[in-house]
Amino acid sequence: MAETKSLLAKNSIWSNPEAQLEHLESGIFDHELPKFMEKLNEAGWNKLTPSRLEIFQVNIGKMCNQVCQHCHVDAGPDRKEIMTQETMQLILNAIPASGAHTLDLTGGAPEMHPHFRWFVEQALLTGVKDVIVRCNLTIILANKKYHDLPEFFAANNIHVVSSLPFYKKDKTDKQRGDGVFEKSIEALKMLNRVGYGMPNTGLKLDLVYNPAGAFLPAAQSALESEFKKSLMEEYGVSFNQLFTITNIPISRFLDYLIASDNYEDYMDLLVSSFNASAISGVMCRNTLSVGWDGQLFDCDFNQMLELPLSTKGKHIADFSVEDWNKREIVVSQHCYGCTAGAGSSCQGATV
Amino acid sequence: MENNSYYNAKDLKKFGNIAEWDKSLADKFFAWYGEVFEEGALTAREKSIIALAVSHAVQCPYCIDAYATDCLQKGVTNEQMMEALHVTAAIRGGASMVHGVQMMNKVNKLSM
Repeated sequence: MAETKSLLAKNSIWSNPEAQLEHLESGIFDHELPKFMEKLNEAGWNKLTPSRLEIFQVNIGKMCNQVCQHCHVDAGPDRKEIMTQETMQLILNAIPASGAHTLDLTGGAPEMHPHFRWFVEQALLTGVKDVIVRCNLTIILANKKYHDLPEFFAANNIHVVSSLPFYKKDKTDKQRGDGVFEKSIEALKMLNRVGYGMPNTGLKLDLVYNPAGAFLPAAQSALESEFKKSLMEEYGVSFNQLFTITNIPISRFLDYLIASDNYEDYMDLLVSSFNASAISGVMCRNTLSVGWDGQLFDCDFNQMLELPLSTKGKHIADFSVEDWNKREIVVSQHCYGCTAGAGSSCQGATV
Repeated sequence: MENNSYYNAKDLKKFGNIAEWDKSLADKFFAWYGEVFEEGALTAREKSIIALAVSHAVQCPYCIDAYATDCLQKGVTNEQMMEALHVTAAIRGGASMVHGVQMMNKVNKLSM
């Protein structure tokens, strides 16, 4: 049975960031497993520091038409948090001097924001080279007012990055809700029709795979070949790249891990798969994460755990790229998710 | 509390400990084992499906845990995994049944 309510609406303890952090700081990490900072130290990093600011990742709200089982945002139709147009303007003002070349829009379903199209068009005027929209696909079919999103994306040369947990219906629907797979395929066909994922159009359509359970993703290139073959043969759908993303043990995925008695084994798997060569490519080193209320974080996961940036200015109104460059990145045990195996980021594997 | 069962799921993580009593041979074994599962004329994914099928043939619970997980990670579908097991079962069943010819040969030889 697909989930219809957020953890917050269900008054779950795991909707509380403090409770999540406490869980990640104790239990199996009291004695049995090393903390992330210890592994960093062992690998020769006495602290995690930034490389160069390349990406503004902006979460413009938690409202979503889906309630996915693994969602780290705890997004859904019952979430009302939404970015004001004033905050959006502050972001637009901050981009040019930051040196960032990419604006990565996420949510929730960012397209549901009433100022979404305005924000995208204004962002293109700031000089960023790549505007990414993390589109859940089904939003395109959710309401008549979204049916022309493929044309809007194409007209603005938006880079579409979409979640499709698997190329089969059963695993996709189990994670994302009944009927999601068929709607996703229909939306992918609409995107293909306007040129997305097709040769020589320059319109990029990338897919995101995340495991449908307590295991790590396979090698990105091998899985990409499987996805491409299956989606083309069975549905005539094309796309550019597949990004594999490891599920991070927070929010709904943490709730799932604990409820299914997989938490300790999963953390053990992440720790035993720790790959020191994945550290340099973690996204907190080149990304600024901005929350719906303008607060600043090291990544979208720290944002959901309400672990603020360690700089003096913690709001986009006070953003300084000089301070960002000098900061120490805030870590906890969920960070093991980004350094396991081939590494993981919003741009897929990092090794 | 002491675990008195013959198999303990946690022992799988201790597989590497076999090196404590013979490092040289264990190092060779693990190096060879790793290379066997690399991409080759067969893909790593195909090898994982074979390993899952063989795990059931040799009925090794550690191997079943390891390769069920590995197959999931490599995007092998539930249907593909179950089909692989039917291959295991068919060969095991077939191995018994084909000996029926030997049985018939013996019975026929002894019978008037």
